[in-house]
Amino acid sequence: MNIIEVKNLTKKFNGLTAVDNISFEVKKGEIFGFLGPNGAGKSTTINILSTIFLPTKGEAFINNFNVLSQRDEVRKSIGLVFQDPSLDDRLTAEENLRFHARLYGVSSDEYKKRKKEVLQLVDLWERRNEIIKNFSGGMKRRLEIARGLIHYPAILFLDEPTLGLDPQTRAHLWSYILKLKREKEMTIFMTTHYMNEAENCDRIAIIDHGKIIALNTPDNLKAKVRGDVISMKSNDKLSLKKELEERYRVEVKEEDGILRIEVANGDQFLPRLFNELTVKIDAIELRKPTLDDVFLNFTGHAIREEEASDKEHMRQRMRMRRRI
Amino acid sequence: MQFIQTIYTIWQREIIRYWRDKTRIASTLFQPLMFLFIFGAGLSKTLAAGNFGVDFVQFMYPGIIAMSVMSVAFFSTISTVWDREFGFLKEILVAPVSRAAVALGKTLGATTIALIQALILLVLAPFIGVAIHFVIILPLVIFMLLLAFAISGMGLLISSLMKTTESFGFVMQILIFPLFFISGAFFPLTAAPSWMRVFANVNPLTYGVDAMRQILLGNQIAPTILSNLSLHPIAINALFLLGFSAVMVSAAVWAFNKRA
Repeated sequence: MNIIEVKNLTKKFNGLTAVDNISFEVKKGEIFGFLGPNGAGKSTTINILSTIFLPTKGEAFINNFNVLSQRDEVRKSIGLVFQDPSLDDRLTAEENLRFHARLYGVSSDEYKKRKKEVLQLVDLWERRNEIIKNFSGGMKRRLEIARGLIHYPAILFLDEPTLGLDPQTRAHLWSYILKLKREKEMTIFMTTHYMNEAENCDRIAIIDHGKIIALNTPDNLKAKVRGDVISMKSNDKLSLKKELEERYRVEVKEEDGILRIEVANGDQFLPRLFNELTVKIDAIELRKPTLDDVFLNFTGHAIREEEASDKEHMRQRMRMRRRI
Repeated sequence: MQFIQTIYTIWQREIIRYWRDKTRIASTLFQPLMFLFIFGAGLSKTLAAGNFGVDFVQFMYPGIIAMSVMSVAFFSTISTVWDREFGFLKEILVAPVSRAAVALGKTLGATTIALIQALILLVLAPFIGVAIHFVIILPLVIFMLLLAFAISGMGLLISSLMKTTESFGFVMQILIFPLFFISGAFFPLTAAPSWMRVFANVNPLTYGVDAMRQILLGNQIAPTILSNLSLHPIAINALFLLGFSAVMVSAAVWAFNKRA
């Protein structure tokens, strides 16, 4: 059953096309990820699906409700954890939760039962009566997840859920998310620009410049990268490239001064390189394909390159934030 | 039903936040009291020479209440700008609730806070030499409520249009002085130049001060003097404040809806 259906969705801001005619479906119970660099259109998409923005063109259905004409029903069906914090620092954890529950029509009795359940799920029950001003970033994010769940939504939307958190907190947060999927069979729609985070998803859509470039399971996507990846550094790059191409007839890609080739059975190929190459190699690395390589394959550039244009991204975000 | 529940939930949050900010409570009480003591004590002998037939402190007292109501009501609506700046507004706007209910909740929250402060001033009245008879307390409170609601509505409209607290503060500064000084709080408008009367006629404080003054001084000074100082019948004052509130709150709801 498709719990999210998106058809030809487009969103333009002042001449900038943030989302460019995308279509996809999300099955009930899966963790679906949008992977792409900053400014790719991930947050805009999630904002449209959660009825914060109106689409310029196209339609979307959440839990069989139309995002344009049945907005309140859509809102009741989703739990949102925004990219930017949206808690009230002057209230306690429990008060933040109660505020949300009341606005979403959770009855007093239901609320009494559920608040313990969701707060325990994220390990915040003990601290429910503390004012959250002094909570850490990770704790606040966990509270936002609890808050997103209190009205028992069909789908949980996570917009860059671990942005700005340290690796340990990130790992902890993911254990909660996976617990949710296991125990509540919750559908989770998330956006991220962290490759390793996307590995947790059942299916990923790679998005760049507002378009979906690829959509598949992480393993299938990685399989599209032809094999193991061998990266090499050398003082004499040109000669090395030439020799690799002539001797082994492989495609040699270059990025940041590092040469890359993709071969099957890289562990058996390496010794051949050591024995047969005449050009001197300074450094060499062998690894199984990651989503980094997938991204590079599909878009022609690394995801990290985009972060160099942070200023442009910031400007874009500022422009879009004015709308709320 | 959900509409009332929404109003209550939004209202309750404003009250909780206000109650936790003890410094704010103290500081907003300080200004009107200071006004009253300093101006009242300083000017009363000077103006008594002019033989208006009314003690200046008594004359100014409704204006002081109005000033307190205005500044607290205005300031309370800054919470909406904060919400926008710190992200909480998104949580409110994305909830499946009526924007009108949200606007009413916020307006009523600011109104309640302004009313509490005004009531404190009322309790202190005897200590400043203003006599309060039991019978006038209810009509007085009603007008405090009406004025507070009108100003809160205006404050909400402004805060729903402002993006930062700085711009909100700026607009407030520009508005507060003319609103207060051209309202009859300080000097009777009955003898003021006509351009001032034009502004005063759209100023909610004018109507609030006028009504409260008539209520407060009703049994204390001669009717002829009172009518020299008063502008409209009390009923008209009430009607204007109600109408003004309705316009402001509706405009605020419209401004909220523009956002998403």
